[in-house]
Amino acid sequence: MSPVPERSAGTGLSHPLVERLRAAAPILTVPVLMLLALPATGDPSAWVTLTLAGLAMGMMIFVMASGLTLVFGLMDVLNFGHGAFVSIGAFVGASVMLWLSGLLDPGGVTLHLAAILPAMIAAMVVTGALGVGFEKIIIRPVYGQHLKQILITMGGLIVAEQLIYVFWGPDEIPLPRPDALRGALVFGDVAVEKYRLFAVVLGLAIFLAMHLLLARTKIGLLIRAGVENGEMVEALGYRIKRLFVGVFVVGSALAGLGGVMWGLYQEVITAQMGMEIMVLVFIVVIIGGLGSVEGCFLGALLVGLMANYTGFLVPKLALGSNIFLMVLILMWRPQGLIPVAKR
Amino acid sequence: MSEPLLTLDGVHTHIGHYHILQGVDFSVPRGGLTMLIGRNGAGKTTTMRTIMGLWRASRGAITLDGRDITGLATPDIAQANVAYVPEDMGIFSDLTVRENMILAARDGEPKDDRLRWIFRLFPALEKFWSLEAGALSGGQKQMLAIARAMIEPRKLLLVDEPTKGLAPAIVGALIEAFGELKKTDTTILLVEQNFHFARALGDDVVVMDDGRIVHRGLMADLAADEELQQNLLGLSLEMHQ
Repeated sequence: MSPVPERSAGTGLSHPLVERLRAAAPILTVPVLMLLALPATGDPSAWVTLTLAGLAMGMMIFVMASGLTLVFGLMDVLNFGHGAFVSIGAFVGASVMLWLSGLLDPGGVTLHLAAILPAMIAAMVVTGALGVGFEKIIIRPVYGQHLKQILITMGGLIVAEQLIYVFWGPDEIPLPRPDALRGALVFGDVAVEKYRLFAVVLGLAIFLAMHLLLARTKIGLLIRAGVENGEMVEALGYRIKRLFVGVFVVGSALAGLGGVMWGLYQEVITAQMGMEIMVLVFIVVIIGGLGSVEGCFLGALLVGLMANYTGFLVPKLALGSNIFLMVLILMWRPQGLIPVAKR
Repeated sequence: MSEPLLTLDGVHTHIGHYHILQGVDFSVPRGGLTMLIGRNGAGKTTTMRTIMGLWRASRGAITLDGRDITGLATPDIAQANVAYVPEDMGIFSDLTVRENMILAARDGEPKDDRLRWIFRLFPALEKFWSLEAGALSGGQKQMLAIARAMIEPRKLLLVDEPTKGLAPAIVGALIEAFGELKKTDTTILLVEQNFHFARALGDDVVVMDDGRIVHRGLMADLAADEELQQNLLGLSLEMHQ
């Protein structure tokens, strides 16, 4: 047998340090953006506040986008209706919180958080269950037909919005945060908003849980393999369609959870909130690399940070800053930050 | 003579508007290695994919060990103890060698003795056990694809052009590996263009042309008959690689 190279052809001539830097480059984009913003803001305490706000926003977008990227990667499905689960999740969560409003009256931190937890769980259960129906009725008939997927999932989104009007009425609903998550923790000159800290911790916990699931379990292996080559997963004897339904349900439930988080962040919910946030969600999925959870996480952090820094530094550019970010990243890495090998 | 393990009876396959397989009939005897050869575009890969359920037979019947598998879904056919190595190897590049093997071992963790046997045949896989499969060379990827199919004993192994684009030294290693696999009484159906490989391993041979079977017989007989080779393939097998 011929001697085997340590790495594939094309990597042997580079210096190992250069190789490592190249591999770490997507991860380094987040700290680099943070460092670039430090002198631009000019004020360290403002920089900390903006950075935390950006990370919190990024984590919430990640929670909403992670399911979408896996659904696209696994079954090549463009689900423009994903925003429906964000809106429905927010409304279900708000209803549960209003129902439990007694617990939200002035009281201990435990009580307040105890009201948010059932709201989030209810939002996830309802949107997860709706995901089963959405996949069966709307997605399944259009597998492999991208144009039809776009049209029918957009239709699904519009129907979902109208159903929200039917059940909750046409007005926006205020969703005040519990007292325990209002206000800020002050460290010297730096004020850290409690809810943003909560969003960062929750988003990070969800990312770590997803990472462990994908990296350490057989189901995770099957999902990663299915994203790359679904046909071969079936040829190994696994039913990828069942796996897809499972991922779709989890993705829908996460979108619902993201809807509750986003609603509490904005302190108001509307039927259109899902459609509005989808622009950022798609930017995140594209710059992260379609089908990549790690890429989606990095993309979400970059989008959140960029939106907050430009909103502070050049407010007029805030709206277009993430499009600019997407263009820059796609010029550098056309397949996204962490591309998934696709057959 | 025992019943063949696999039988294709008048199998037709359409892909879109194209009628690719036009009544394919042949059998694969148990415990042997049957070579499926033919010109490019003859329908060899379509035959393999149709057996595996990746493309549906529009007519005809496919029988595995007495059971009709014609309309079964691909996972059901795989669970009927069939392993498949596609022409593009089907390696999961983002997964490590170990993770690729774990997925192939449907019945749980790969057995130690089986792994040792595979590592003896393909030492590179042990060396690169924790490396992403996408970083392997072409030959190593092919070894992984075949090792994945061998990780658990299978009734039938379908392998599509394993030597395509590989260096002669790697082809030698694959001949050795398939030789070892033959000793385990695994039934193998192998599509191949490399004559040396086909002659070294094949017990039986089936020749396809234009979506039909044009010859069935012993590999040794075809290898010895240059005129027959010219008639069937348009050139001698020595040239056919």
